[in-house]
Formats: sequence, C-alpha cells, structure tokens
Amino acid sequence: MRGTGVPSTVNRRDFILTAVSAAGGLMIGIGATPVRADGAAISTQPWNDNGFAPHEIDAWIAIDPDDSILIRYQRSEMGQGSMTALPMMITEELQCDWSKVRIEYASSNRSVREHRVYGNMYSHGSMSVRESQKMVQQVGASARERIIAAAAARWHVPASECAAAQSVVTHRPSGRTLRYGEVAAQAAKVKLVKEPTIKTPAQFTFLPRRIPRLDLVHKTDGSAKFGIDAQVPGMVFASISACPVPGGKLKSVDESVLSGTPGIVDVVKLEDAVAVVATDSFWRAKRALSRLRPEWDVGAAGDVDSEQLSKEFRAALTDRMVVARNDGDVDKAMSGARKTFEAIYETPYLSHTPMEPLNATVNLQPDRLDVWVGTQDAEAALRAAANASGLKPEQVYIHNAFLGGGFGRRDGNDEILQAIAVARVVKRPVKLIWTREEDTRQDRFRPHAVVGFKAVTGSDGMPTAWSMRVVTSSIFNSVGIPFPPGKAEPPAVDGLESNGYNVPNTRVELHIRNTHLPVWFYRAPGANQHTFAIESFLDEIASARGIDPYQMRRKLLDGKPDWLKVLDTAAEKGEWGKPLPKGSGRGIAICTFTDSLCAQVAEVTVKPNGEVKVNRITVALDTRHMVNPQTVTEQAESAVIFGLSAALYGKITIKAGAAVQGNFDTYRMVRLAEAPRIDVHLVPSGGQVWGGAGEPAVPPLAPAVTNAIFAATGKRVRTLPIMDTDLSGSA
Amino acid sequence: MITIDVNGASRQIDIEPDTPLLWVLRDVIGLTGTKFSCGIAQCGACTVHIDGTAMRSCSVPIGALDGAKVVTIEGLSSNNSHPVQRAWIEEGVPQCGYCQSGQIMAVVTFLKQYSNPTDADIDANITNICRCGTYEPLRRAIHRAADLMKT
Repeated sequence: MRGTGVPSTVNRRDFILTAVSAAGGLMIGIGATPVRADGAAISTQPWNDNGFAPHEIDAWIAIDPDDSILIRYQRSEMGQGSMTALPMMITEELQCDWSKVRIEYASSNRSVREHRVYGNMYSHGSMSVRESQKMVQQVGASARERIIAAAAARWHVPASECAAAQSVVTHRPSGRTLRYGEVAAQAAKVKLVKEPTIKTPAQFTFLPRRIPRLDLVHKTDGSAKFGIDAQVPGMVFASISACPVPGGKLKSVDESVLSGTPGIVDVVKLEDAVAVVATDSFWRAKRALSRLRPEWDVGAAGDVDSEQLSKEFRAALTDRMVVARNDGDVDKAMSGARKTFEAIYETPYLSHTPMEPLNATVNLQPDRLDVWVGTQDAEAALRAAANASGLKPEQVYIHNAFLGGGFGRRDGNDEILQAIAVARVVKRPVKLIWTREEDTRQDRFRPHAVVGFKAVTGSDGMPTAWSMRVVTSSIFNSVGIPFPPGKAEPPAVDGLESNGYNVPNTRVELHIRNTHLPVWFYRAPGANQHTFAIESFLDEIASARGIDPYQMRRKLLDGKPDWLKVLDTAAEKGEWGKPLPKGSGRGIAICTFTDSLCAQVAEVTVKPNGEVKVNRITVALDTRHMVNPQTVTEQAESAVIFGLSAALYGKITIKAGAAVQGNFDTYRMVRLAEAPRIDVHLVPSGGQVWGGAGEPAVPPLAPAVTNAIFAATGKRVRTLPIMDTDLSGSA
Repeated sequence: MITIDVNGASRQIDIEPDTPLLWVLRDVIGLTGTKFSCGIAQCGACTVHIDGTAMRSCSVPIGALDGAKVVTIEGLSSNNSHPVQRAWIEEGVPQCGYCQSGQIMAVVTFLKQYSNPTDADIDANITNICRCGTYEPLRRAIHRAADLMKT
C-alpha cells in the first residue's frame, strides 16, 4: 500500500494482514520501488493486499497530491500486455501524464463487495481489451470530467471554460492552471449530472502508441511475482497426484511407506487425488508422493484409448447432426454432380502446458481465506474458493499474480480447490504445486475433433457447394455453460461456421460426442483445429481443379475488402508465387476469429528424410483497432510459435483412459532452432467493432504449413500433428 | 551441512543431499527468480550459474555442490544493468516472462564462449523452451547483447 492514510473502508484485520505482509512475510518487499521503464510502472507484486488506496477518485483511479496516479487493471496479465493496454485507454480519456501512472490489479474481493464495480474480470476470448474498451474509456472520461468540475468550482467558473491535458486543468480565458493532484480530493466528491461521451478512435490523441509493456522490466531480473513465488509465514508444501483417468476415484493408498520420513506433515486423501504435505521444500513433498502407490477406481473409462476414440468419432460422421449453418441448398446442388470432393480431417487432444505449472497458495482461517494464484479470472476464482471453503465471498481474497502462461488453462480453479481441501486438513498455510507431468496429464484438454467434408465445383473449378460435418466434444458441457440442445455450440464449429467464403451452398453440422475426458477452451477454441481442416480441404479442391490456392481464395472472398486486404498483404509480403528450390513450398490460409482477420503464408522445406523445416511465416493481421501495436505484433509472433508446436508435435494420446505424454521429452515444444522467421504486418481496418489480438493468429498457422508441405511434396496432411505423417522421400 | 556461495553470500544448507539446487534456492533461501517448470532438465527455466557454468538447477543435487559458487538471476546485476538484461528490455523479449530468468542465465554464459555468435551458434546452444514463443525478439536480443558487451 502506498502513502500513510488508511481509508475508512479498510477494517482493522485488513490492515494487520497488510502490515504482516509488509514485514517481509511474503517476500514481496523486494524491489518494491518499481523500475520506471518509460515513466509509467507496475510493481513487481501486481496485487494490492486489500484493494484500497488513499486519494481514490473512484475504485479505478487514485491521484496523490504529488500527481502520481494509480490505475487499476481488472483482468489478468499473462504476457498478452493488456495490463499495460487498458490503463493506456484510461490515460487516453483521463488526459493524464502517462509517466506518472502506476498500475496494479483490481481486487475481486472489492468487486464482490461493491456490486461488481470492475465488471467482468476474466482474460480469455481475446476479450481483455475489446470487451473492456467502452467501460474503461468511460472510467477515464468520467474521472476527467470530475477533475475539471472540481477545478472549475475552485475558480468559480463554468466547467465548459476549462480543459484538461497532461494532468493539468487550464481555465482557458484566464490561463490559470491546477494540477490533478491539487483537485483530486474534491473531484472524488463530484457527482456528474451526465456521463461524458467517450472518444471515437478517430479522436484519440494518445493511442495507438507503441509502448514496451510495463511488466517487462520485472521479467528480466527475477523480481516479477508469479503465483508460484508466494511465500506465507508458516506455510508447508503439497505435491498432488489426481487419478490418472479423469473421473476416477481414490480407492486406497498405503502411506506406511513414508513412516519415519522426516518433514512429512500429512498424507491427504481426497475423493479423486492424494497429496503429500511436507515442510521446508516442495521437493520433499514431491519425492515422498512418488513413493506412494495409490490404487484408483477408474471404472469403464479405464479401457478407453485413442485408437478407439478415433474410430468412434469417425463412425459418428454419419450420425444425426445439429445444423450450425445452412446457406442455399447443398443437397440439391450436389445431386447429379459428376465429381465430388471428399476428405476427413482429424485433430487430437492437446494440453495447454503453460510454462508455470498450475499452483496455488492458500491461508485458510475460520473467517477469512487468502489465495495467492495466477488466475485468468480472479472473480470466478473467488466464488469457487468461497464455495469450496464455505466462507462468504466477502471473506475471500484472491491475490492475483503474474501468470506464467495461461492459454485458457488458468481458469478452471482445480489447483485452488485442491489447495483449500489440503489446507482444511493440515490447518496451516499451504503451497500446492503440480508437477509438469500432473499439469500435462490433468489438463482439461483441447478437444479431439473429426471433420468430414464433401464439395462440388462448377465448370470454372470454383466450389459451388460444400458440406462440413463435425464430430467433437462439448466444451460448454465440460465448463458447465448452459446451452440449448438442438443448437450448435460456437466453439465446436468455429472456423467452419465462420468461414468467409462466398460458396452459395454451405452447410455446417455438428455431432457432439462426449467422453470421460474434460475438454476446455484453448487459445482460439474451435478455430485452432477447424481452420486447419477447412483451409486444407479448400487447398485440395484448388489443386485438383488446377487453380492457384491464393487466387481461389481471392475469388471466393470477392466483395469483402477487409478479408482481401489481409489475404493480399500476406501473399504479397510472403512473396507468393516467387520460385522456390525443389523440396520447398509455400502455403496460404486465412480465418476470422474474435472479430479480427488473419492470413498467413508459410514457407517450408521438407528434407529427404521427411523432416519439416518451417523457414518463414508471414502474418497479416487486422484487429480493426489497436491500443499498442507493439503488443499486437508480439501476440501474432507468439500465436505462430504456439500454433507451430501444436501443428508439428502436439498430441495427447489416451491409453487405458489416461493421458500418456507427461513432460517436454514426450510432449514436444518448438525451440529456438526450429523457430521460423516471422514477419507481422498489421492492417487495422477500423469500424465499430474492436477485434482480439491474442488468438486470431493461431488458426491459420497449421493449414498454411500443411498447404506448404503439399506444395513442396504433393503429400496432403489430413491428421495432426504433422510428425505423424511420413514425409520421407516425398520432396 | 553443505556450504555454498549464492550471489556472493555464504549459505549453510541443512537438507537432504539429493534435494535439487532449484528447491534450495526457491524454498530454503527464498530466491524465487529461478523457476520450476519441467523438473527433468528439459526446458531450462531453472538455469543458474554454478562455478561459471550454466546449469539446469532442477537436476543438480545440493549434495554435489559443497563449496560451489552459485549465481542466480537476482545476482546477475543489482539494477537490470547486465548487457543481456539491457538487450532483453530494449528488444522487449518477455511475454509471460516465466522462462526468461533461465533464458537470460543461459545466454550470459553462452556469450562468454561465443562473443560473436552466428544464428547457427545460437540455434545449437540456446535450447530453453519459451511457450509464449518469444524466439524472434530473443534472437535479436542475443545479437544485441553481444554488441553491448563489446562497447
């Protein structure tokens, strides 16, 4: 906490806890003076222990007498840069001096107490900026108007004669000025008669602006605090193993093998997991856990394997389907066709695998629960923790940290609920960490999917009708999102249903087949696998009809200037059509996701032994608008590598009901030597809608690469990962 | 009892000798800048310097380190001033940042051996995993750090 004042809303308990923390219990005092990258700053510890500060104008903004400004960020920071971007938007409206801005997380506890003052607090669906944009602009604009009103009142002049810029209010006729810090206390009491109108992007003066993310400097010296770095006085360490077959239960475990082992606090048996709790180090708990041989009751799911699931999913392609999209009359258009094109595409389960394995540190007291965690949704985490502990939401404090990757995984709360269950037994603060193997295997996976295509073409070779039938599992069902039966849930068909091509007869259908494996949102849900399918299938048609794949897409996108702009940019910058040596090829793909558009051109070389080297990826990305183009570029680069790991190597195999791959030796990631050159071209088209930045560059990567492999070798990859297709001798 | 020097301070460590250095640093000493990710020396997130060599601390037992000199990310410089840290900030490398302590520590010793690295040198020697895929700016930052070290 800054300053010396304690707001009246902070109760004594809060203050005592904060004081304990400040004494070093959390090891967060280190580097408390933030390094100022370009003026503005985020602390190494992104959370505020109680969610309040002196000199608040409202729940979002506090301005000290010395003009320093605190802006709260209500979502999560996992490298996507929104913790810098949203305060930039507030700065745009607040007309404040960016160099004096300090940023911290908003408290979900406060939001619960104050009628959800921070709105939605989640970071997923590439929504951190685009879903908050209007709200945070309003926050900044309102504060600015209240500051102007306070200054005008001080001068006894109409507010309309005053203007604000760079943290200074000027009375235009007289030239008098007041600094924000001089009027902030009065501004906090001002009630506006009418909310000001927010700026349109055309009226922005501060944005868009290339600014290094403010968390950067803490991520080069080890000072950035992740959830796993929390240290609470008296805490013990827990290592946990959940039933390898999801849904299974713990039958028994013989803990006598640990008797006499020093430092073991307890062996905690949960319904579906066993945890060992130890003093001094996580290693001690982990080593002891590895000596246990728990017996599990896995039921029928214990017989399931990948081969069987693949057969079942493919067989279900002829089952009854729900219609997601139906343009024209596909059956009529196909009847009597001389030739039809048909293909089946398949994509496997994937694990999210953030670099920081899931973990949570909890301090459970009779009337208060503190959780230190990196979560993509601090509000949902709070409610889940309240539920699990039996405490009221107002008694739960989520201290959100920097996230060591998320990709959709860090909002399931599994680790939080486990840590609470363990703490309830051992009655001490507990830090629970998943091993890498646990993190990979106990994932809520990217679903397995099979897509069956059928298409016919006209005399000009262009597709006139196509049908896409999907068999996959329901993410909504796994998450618990209610959805009307008889309708196709969007993530199950995204990338197919959303395709932008003018094919007059288009039908997309879905058959949901749920298994015992939980499935979840994974960076660009649906589109991350279906874009591979549709963009590859379109390539098949182009090749069979002897049409250039880029030109076929151009024709099918006729009349859509925004789509054509990204497609043409990728083709031009990616040197489409320029000759390549034998064994090399280019592929192209395009998609829309989160209201953005992205096209990519991949250039690959396939070696005689079948090894694929991706040399270069050219990205054209239209996010409609941008706050910080530097971050948008970084997200596109990130998405390319993320997509490439999945395309080349990503596969979770199921054997006896359980995930086989456990660590990076078997669940391989792209490393520096395999990383292609990436050229990102940003082509924002403007308009009413804001597009997402974190996800849309994931879906086109795989098909751009597999289409390039086809161009290089004539071999069509219809099942991911690419490493499962033997390409030796094909180039 | 094992005696090691960590970032210039002598430490007496009383723990089972097979405990990896990583957990001694994080849980016993409280230096959390060194990260746990894979635990099997695959990813490099836990890289530190042991007697001047970059090592993956998740797989080095403390019992083998009596008398060793260990440098962690916290000991690299007091104010982000090491040329590799400066290059990292100037190129804006980290995203989630979790792997970056290890990346930086690996690159620091790499550049001692390869003061003028080619891309092939980098590919062969910098094998740490970054799940955010910051490889593009990371490669630029290695070249920049090499330049900074010459001036």
